[in-house]
Amino acid sequence: MNPVNYLYLAALLFAIGATGVLIRRNAIVVFMCIELMLNACNLALVAFSRMHGNLDGQIIAFFTMVVAAAEVVVGLAIIVSLFRSRHSASVDDASLMKL
Amino acid sequence: MENLIALLVAAPLLGAAVLLCGGRRLDRTGHWIGTVLAAVSFVVGAVLFVDMLGKGPEERTLTQHLFSWIPVEGFQADVAFQLDQLSMTFVLLITGVGSLIHLYSIGYMEHDERRRRFFGYLNLFLAAMLLLVLADNYLLLYVGWEGVGLASYLLIGFWQHKPSAATAAKKAFLVNRVGDMGLSIAIMLMFTTFGTFAFGPVLESTDKTSEGMLTAIALMLLLAACGKSAQVPLQSWLGDAMEGPTPVSALIHAATMVTAGVYLITRSGAIFNGAPDAQLAVVVVGAVTLLFGAIVGCAKDDIKKALAGSTMSQIGYMILAAGLGPVGYAFAIMHLVTHGFFKAGLFLGAGSVMHGMNDEVDMRKYGGLRKYMPVTFVTFGLGYLAIIGLPPFSGFWSKDKIIEAAFAQQSDLRSWIFGGVALLGAGITAYYMTRVMILTFFGEKRWQPAPDPDTAPSVEPGIEVHPGEMPHPHEAPKSMTIPMIVLAFGSVFAGAVFGIGERFVHWLEPVTSFEHPHPVVGVPVITTATIVVLLLGVGLAYLQYGRRPVPVVAPRGSLLTRAARRDLLQDDFNHVVLVRGGEHLTRSLVYLDHSLVDGVVNGTAASVGGLSGRLRRLQNGYARSYAVSMFGGAALLVAATLLMRAV
Amino acid sequence: MSQVVNAGFPLLTATAALPAVGAIATAAVPAGRRVAAKWLALLVSLATLVLAAIVAVRFEPGGDRYQLVESHAWIKDFGVRYELGVDGIAVALIALTAVLIPFIILAGWHDADPLETKSKRWRPTQGFFALILAVEAMVILSFEATDVFLFYIFFEAMLIPMYFLIGGFGDRAHEHGDAAAATQRSYAAVKFLLYNLVGGLIMLAAVIGLYVVAGNFSLQEIAAARANGTLDMATNTERLLFLGFFFAFAVKAPLWPLHTWLPNAMGEATAPVAVLITAVVDKVGTFAMLRFCLQLFPEASKWATPAILVLALISIVYGALLAVGQRDIKRLVAYASISHFGFIIMGIFAMTSQGQSGATLYMVNHGISTAALMLVAGFLISRRGSRLIADYGGVQKVAPVLAGTFLIGGLATLSLPGLAPFVSEFLVLVGTFARYPVIGIIATFGIVLAALYTLVLYQRTMTGPVKPEVAAMPDLRVRELVVVAPLIALLIFLGVYPKPVTDIVNPAVGHTLSDVQQQDPKPEVEAAK
Repeated sequence: MNPVNYLYLAALLFAIGATGVLIRRNAIVVFMCIELMLNACNLALVAFSRMHGNLDGQIIAFFTMVVAAAEVVVGLAIIVSLFRSRHSASVDDASLMKL
Repeated sequence: MENLIALLVAAPLLGAAVLLCGGRRLDRTGHWIGTVLAAVSFVVGAVLFVDMLGKGPEERTLTQHLFSWIPVEGFQADVAFQLDQLSMTFVLLITGVGSLIHLYSIGYMEHDERRRRFFGYLNLFLAAMLLLVLADNYLLLYVGWEGVGLASYLLIGFWQHKPSAATAAKKAFLVNRVGDMGLSIAIMLMFTTFGTFAFGPVLESTDKTSEGMLTAIALMLLLAACGKSAQVPLQSWLGDAMEGPTPVSALIHAATMVTAGVYLITRSGAIFNGAPDAQLAVVVVGAVTLLFGAIVGCAKDDIKKALAGSTMSQIGYMILAAGLGPVGYAFAIMHLVTHGFFKAGLFLGAGSVMHGMNDEVDMRKYGGLRKYMPVTFVTFGLGYLAIIGLPPFSGFWSKDKIIEAAFAQQSDLRSWIFGGVALLGAGITAYYMTRVMILTFFGEKRWQPAPDPDTAPSVEPGIEVHPGEMPHPHEAPKSMTIPMIVLAFGSVFAGAVFGIGERFVHWLEPVTSFEHPHPVVGVPVITTATIVVLLLGVGLAYLQYGRRPVPVVAPRGSLLTRAARRDLLQDDFNHVVLVRGGEHLTRSLVYLDHSLVDGVVNGTAASVGGLSGRLRRLQNGYARSYAVSMFGGAALLVAATLLMRAV
Repeated sequence: MSQVVNAGFPLLTATAALPAVGAIATAAVPAGRRVAAKWLALLVSLATLVLAAIVAVRFEPGGDRYQLVESHAWIKDFGVRYELGVDGIAVALIALTAVLIPFIILAGWHDADPLETKSKRWRPTQGFFALILAVEAMVILSFEATDVFLFYIFFEAMLIPMYFLIGGFGDRAHEHGDAAAATQRSYAAVKFLLYNLVGGLIMLAAVIGLYVVAGNFSLQEIAAARANGTLDMATNTERLLFLGFFFAFAVKAPLWPLHTWLPNAMGEATAPVAVLITAVVDKVGTFAMLRFCLQLFPEASKWATPAILVLALISIVYGALLAVGQRDIKRLVAYASISHFGFIIMGIFAMTSQGQSGATLYMVNHGISTAALMLVAGFLISRRGSRLIADYGGVQKVAPVLAGTFLIGGLATLSLPGLAPFVSEFLVLVGTFARYPVIGIIATFGIVLAALYTLVLYQRTMTGPVKPEVAAMPDLRVRELVVVAPLIALLIFLGVYPKPVTDIVNPAVGHTLSDVQQQDPKPEVEAAK
């Protein structure tokens, strides 16, 4: 199978994720979309690794997974504490980061 | 002997320091400390004088170098004294009259709770004035020059709780500062021209520079003299200065400080001799002031202000004489000394009258006082005879010589103009002094009940005044009459002592040089004319004030009288042009500083702030919109990369 | 460049380190021991005065240009050295600083007393005195530094304590709880900081530029290289660098039209801090013009002289006119200071011995005279709780000693002969007149205006009928008299006998003039002796 198809899939997934981040307001969904984008990147990296015949891409993909896992921990903690203080999981309610 | 010179200055300076820093524990003895130290200075002066008389005329100059004052590369200012015949004359006048006035003040200021401080200021004045006449360079002279200005400021404003006194003091200082500006520019010119400002080197090298430079220096010195000696156009402060206690008016604003301008011009004779144009300016200033003061003196009803006008006019005579060059210097100084005696005596007499009249100063409310105050009447009367220049009293000997000298100038036209003015001035002098005499001592009593001190701010404090009480004129205490009697002796005899055999002229000749004047008409003619003119003045005043009852409230008077009452409108001019104009200028500058200078900076800050305010809107806090800009940026980056590849 | 490096006791470092250590110690005094902190600060400042006196005594006027030199490598990669040394001008100004700080501390004795106990750790008093000592340390170091970069660091660093002194401590007696006053004060503090930071930023660019051109930061090496021709600068480079330095110093000095921060800062700060600003900190600006601008950029200095003289002249007349128009006592003194700084800058750039000696003397005398006037004004203000001239009247009657000392301070401000400022003002005028007669004459008008604003101030506050609000005003207390009397004694002493100062200053001025290759104009004729 042509590895380029994996890239197409990765692009598609990335686009879906990006759209989700932009248009959804629920923090959990936004968060999941971010994960989707990360995984799209991972897919692309692995595909590149295959296409170029070295392992660099796969190594980076492992790093990404570790970072993503850490991110999930921190991100979910933020969302939970946000939900506790605001009783909502909408990202638009957390708009205090302005002067 | 020369080491004594510093003691002349040090004694009163010590007095000032002790009295001003000593605090209340000196309240009971302070006036004696001040008087004794003034007398010490006089005694030292007398010792030096006797010593000086024992030497030949050419060896009489003593110098004392104390220390180097401002040593800077190329600039040498020393604290050094020079005592020659001219300085000696002033030292004796200042310390002599000064000591007498200290004595007088003991009685006059007896009830003032701040008498100690008054004596401290008087001593400060003596020290500064002595420094002025003893300095051996112009910069040290400048120190004394401003020092007497400071003492004058403090003493005019001695009764500071009166706003009029505080304002008068400030005015005197400010007008004097304008003059001081002239002196400092003159010193700067001397420094750049001669590289020094010590009397000796400067006055001996005047022939090495151009006439234009000498004229510039001389005109600046004239400006200084105008300020200190109350000459037109800087005369306006002297009338207001009468707000000070009367002894101050007698010492500072009649006998000594105001004559400093004459000293300055005489001392700088070598500069003026080389600058005929400046000399003409001096003569013009003297002549104009002579008439100006005399006219003002005719119109004033306030006895002290009438005398102030007279002072201005008499100093006008001196300045006029000093402007004539070697012909006139000696006579200027001689008139200065005789004037010191009779004008101080007249002021002290006026103070005595006020003392007895509940501090009333309006002559229209006097009248018939000769029976109640005989000593004052006689001493004042002798001073009167001296000032109008009746032979053989003091004023005649000096004033007549000045009139003669005024008739002896380069061109006939100038001789006639300035001689005529001097002659006319003698007549007016006789007129206004006769007026003062008649209004005060003759005629019927026009006394008024004492004013309420709360509503009449001109009342001198310290003397018990009960509102509504009629005055009880009485002779002043001994401490006040003795100085008046001594000064009356001076008014009678000083002129003859100086004048006969031209003793005074010969005494000063080594310093000021001397030429005999050659008037356009004969000397006897001028003398006769002078006497005739003064008799006319006396007669006119007698007709106006002696024959008719004097109204207590001044009549409206002619246009000239009204203008003269307002000091010939000079104050009004100053007020409109300088005070108002200055106020507008400063106000608009304050506004501009805030709105323009500060405004530019604040405006920059505001526009930066406004811009950042706009930019801030982009930060709306929605994570999604930040994400959009992130994606947009990434997309742009990718697009740009692709575009670069394609090209 | 051969020079004797002082291998013995590092006297200059000690003179600056003592107040610095004192500042830290004062700040560390526990909250309950306010009085101890005050005494500690006072003792430290007095000990600094002793060290400064030793510096002045050890300094030999006829000796090397820079003495008591200390030199150590600091940042080798950039050629930055820790290099200290003093010439006569610096000695005079260090002495001034060391003399004034004890009086400032004593005058501000109660200025930082907390009105209420906010918390156990609330220690404004300790902070106030520690900040004053910190400023002293930095000012002394900037007078001592002969390395341009080192100087720059202290020149900028002193802004931080000054900012807190202006913004943190106002006239507490009357503005307690007054929000508007606090706003104005923080406005003044921020304005002070911004103006000086902008100046400093431009100077930083010039400092870097200088390094690029010269390759090191040593004042002496660069000046020597400039003098013997081994370091050539393009005309435009030199001018730009000069302007960069000059701008920073002109802000600090302050020169018209960069002056507007001073009236705000002096008006809002307490009187002792106002004295610290104008009498001590601002002197670094004029000092640096003399030391850095003239030595590093002699050609550019001469090129800029006409423009600077005109600005100085405007400062003189403009400052005086604005002082006449003020209604606030402290702002009036501030504008008077602007006028006086005009004289100082004029004297520096007249490039004559009299002008520059006069300007240096002027810095010293202005420090003392402004301190006397401003501190007495502060005592007055603390009694009535108002800075407005119109709120006073007749004080002379109820508090004669206060009025008397105020008058002497005022007379010193108007340069009365016999008091110290006269000597310096006259020297500046003569020095300027010798080369630029017209400018000298116009500047002379300043003396009339000075008399006007001083006497109007005195008349309106001290004379006239006693206002009911001031009727119960107490006269000067012992502590206040201890502050004022020595200052007045100094004013009189230096007015009568300025020789001790001129002897130290004259050789340094000679060196500076030879740097810019200027000679005094000769008198027109040789006077008879």
